[in-house]
Amino acid sequence: MAQMEEKSGGKQKKGKKAHKTKKVSTRVDLTPMVDLAFLLVTFFMLTTTFSKPQTMEINMPVKDKTAKEEGQAVKESKSMTIILGGEDKIFWYMGLPENATVDVTDYSDKGIRKILLDKDREVGGLIVLIKPSKNSRYKNVVDILDEMSITEVKRYAIVDITDKDLELIKNI
Amino acid sequence: MPKVKVPRKSTLVDMTAMCDVAFLLLTFFMLTTKFKPDDPIIVDVPSSVSEIKLPDSDIMTITITPEGKVFFGIDGKYNRERLLGRISQLYNIQFTEDEVYNFSLTGSFGVPISKLKDFLNIPRNELPDIEQPGIPIDSVSNELGVWIINGRLSNPNFRIAIKGDQDVPYPVVKKVMDTLQDKRVNKFNLITNMEVRPQIKEI
Repeated sequence: MAQMEEKSGGKQKKGKKAHKTKKVSTRVDLTPMVDLAFLLVTFFMLTTTFSKPQTMEINMPVKDKTAKEEGQAVKESKSMTIILGGEDKIFWYMGLPENATVDVTDYSDKGIRKILLDKDREVGGLIVLIKPSKNSRYKNVVDILDEMSITEVKRYAIVDITDKDLELIKNI
Repeated sequence: MPKVKVPRKSTLVDMTAMCDVAFLLLTFFMLTTKFKPDDPIIVDVPSSVSEIKLPDSDIMTITITPEGKVFFGIDGKYNRERLLGRISQLYNIQFTEDEVYNFSLTGSFGVPISKLKDFLNIPRNELPDIEQPGIPIDSVSNELGVWIINGRLSNPNFRIAIKGDQDVPYPVVKKVMDTLQDKRVNKFNLITNMEVRPQIKEI
């Protein structure tokens, strides 16, 4: 491949200017240059990070210490409480904890998703209170927020778990 | 049969075109590349159907490991320098030029401020082998809050992203979120992996 046709060119040419103007080919062997270029291309291809991480945006309610909660009344019939328990379990009930019947379900599409869809259709404008318990994992929280976006439940909030709720799930 | 004359062809190929392509690609990759910041921790983030991409710059990342350690990192060399300047004023710690330089190269870190100076004197190449204790988030000394406030002051455009492992117990996440809310950060991002959005079948 080497193609050094310029051997007689170079320095001699400069010295004896116009006398010996040999026609020198201007072709240069580009093979090493291509080699180098591809080496660099490979390097950059391997180091580059194309996939940007996905994110999930959440807006938490403003926690104002001075002004006490104005107590946005949530309609009892429309509210649903989801308690995220340990070992990937979900406890849920409708309405207030006092007279609630607690059910257990899981994160599968036949589990909580079906319940959410059914209940949302039943009452219209379901309001979901998500209460992660101490035993739940971060994944559970993300999963349940995901379910909210999949089932298109518009109104939901992550709320602290109360003693009443703990009492309810204790025996299950 | 007449003899077929096979003309001798030169095996030389013109490399110019190939060279052009190679350099075009090279330029492309050089311009698009963004070096992975070396994270001291590897976390396995949960997946979600959310399709929002995390912006490239101005990100403050709070990483939570499965053991519940919290790491903090901001992007941008100059942002980090400004941040360290603020911390040094606040805590009356003088940092040498080398330490500031080291800090400006550190992606995420998880050491209490009292140990920050020692941490910055560790040669950067030994860093991956060092066990970092995590940033204290308990109510006695909530240094994460200090970092968040000063991070935002050194660049108000920062968005906050929480990068938590799947198996982080919720109370730790809650503490981090509470800290954020205490600092009046009510909008933040959770970094997740992509997952296909399931179709809802009408029953």
